[in-house]
Amino acid sequence: MHIAEGFLPPAHAIGWTIAAAPFVVHGARCVVKEVREHPESTLLLGAAGAFTFVLSAIKLPSVTGSSSHPTGTGLGAVLFRPPVMALLGTIVLLFQALLLAHGGLTTLGANAFSMAIVGPWAGYGAYRLTRRLGGGLLPAVFVAMALSDLATYVTTALQLAWAHPDAESGFAGAAAKFLGVFSVTQIPLALAEGLLGVLLFRVLTTNARPELERLGVLRPEPEPEPTPQPAFGAESGPAFGAESAERGER
Amino acid sequence: MNRRRLVTVLLVLGIVVLFVVPLALHAGSSDFAGTDSKATELIEESDPGYRPWFDSVFSPGSSEVESGLFALQAAFGGAVLGYVLGRLRSRRALREALAARESDTGAPQP
Repeated sequence: MHIAEGFLPPAHAIGWTIAAAPFVVHGARCVVKEVREHPESTLLLGAAGAFTFVLSAIKLPSVTGSSSHPTGTGLGAVLFRPPVMALLGTIVLLFQALLLAHGGLTTLGANAFSMAIVGPWAGYGAYRLTRRLGGGLLPAVFVAMALSDLATYVTTALQLAWAHPDAESGFAGAAAKFLGVFSVTQIPLALAEGLLGVLLFRVLTTNARPELERLGVLRPEPEPEPTPQPAFGAESGPAFGAESAERGER
Repeated sequence: MNRRRLVTVLLVLGIVVLFVVPLALHAGSSDFAGTDSKATELIEESDPGYRPWFDSVFSPGSSEVESGLFALQAAFGGAVLGYVLGRLRSRRALREALAARESDTGAPQP
């Protein structure tokens, strides 16, 4: 959950806004460039934005007895690299700040920094590392989605601890407190988001193969279509074994 | 059930379990308040002098309206996502049908 309106002191609010602004502007440029140079990307860009839109609208219960919501920023980060998500994530945050009193305008910079910048970069970094270490696409997607979710809320907790250090134990004490609220709650949600990401990528690898190959997520196969399996409807497609073959370097 | 389907079912089941377990653990004992309001409480506890210095420009006012707006957000995202996946899937189906027809030219259609 994002930092509520007015809960960061003015200096922090302004500081985070200045810190986030260049990322968002750069992200906007990346989106425009991507759409101009590769109009066929528009569909998947829409999917990445829509995924964040859905997930950040859903509050889910967690083991701590609190609820929070996933972020969904890992999908776009893996597909289009993180800068794109700086824009898409900020649009979602702006929508919620203006219409839902969730998050806020004064805390938009800080919330954008955690959800639209740190989250996607952490997820993307984890994705690249997993692929480099020889992990397949789907395990890498799982790690990316889960970590971009978790990293967002770790950042939120640290931002709050910095703005509101504990009277006795200072920053460290406050950080432990806020991390206890945010990160522990977020762990099951992050795992679920990872699983959801895997589900989504299984659909994309069968249906959006040309795009994924162009984006470097999948390595082009010498034979474009494996033998289609007969007698299966919607979910059929390349057999499961095809997934382990889908190892390409981005 | 082929292996791909089994994996799909297990993935969905995993997601469901991750939310049913917390609900069962805290059944009746917790109202699952959002972590954002928990955080605001913590700030008020540790920093009682702090006053939020800015109010939301617009607040839905009632929790009913608020949940409606959240539903609208999810519906919009879900609709776009469904549209994209539907388009991608029908594109593949069309391509496969076209490829099958090309390889069948000359041969009698089934």
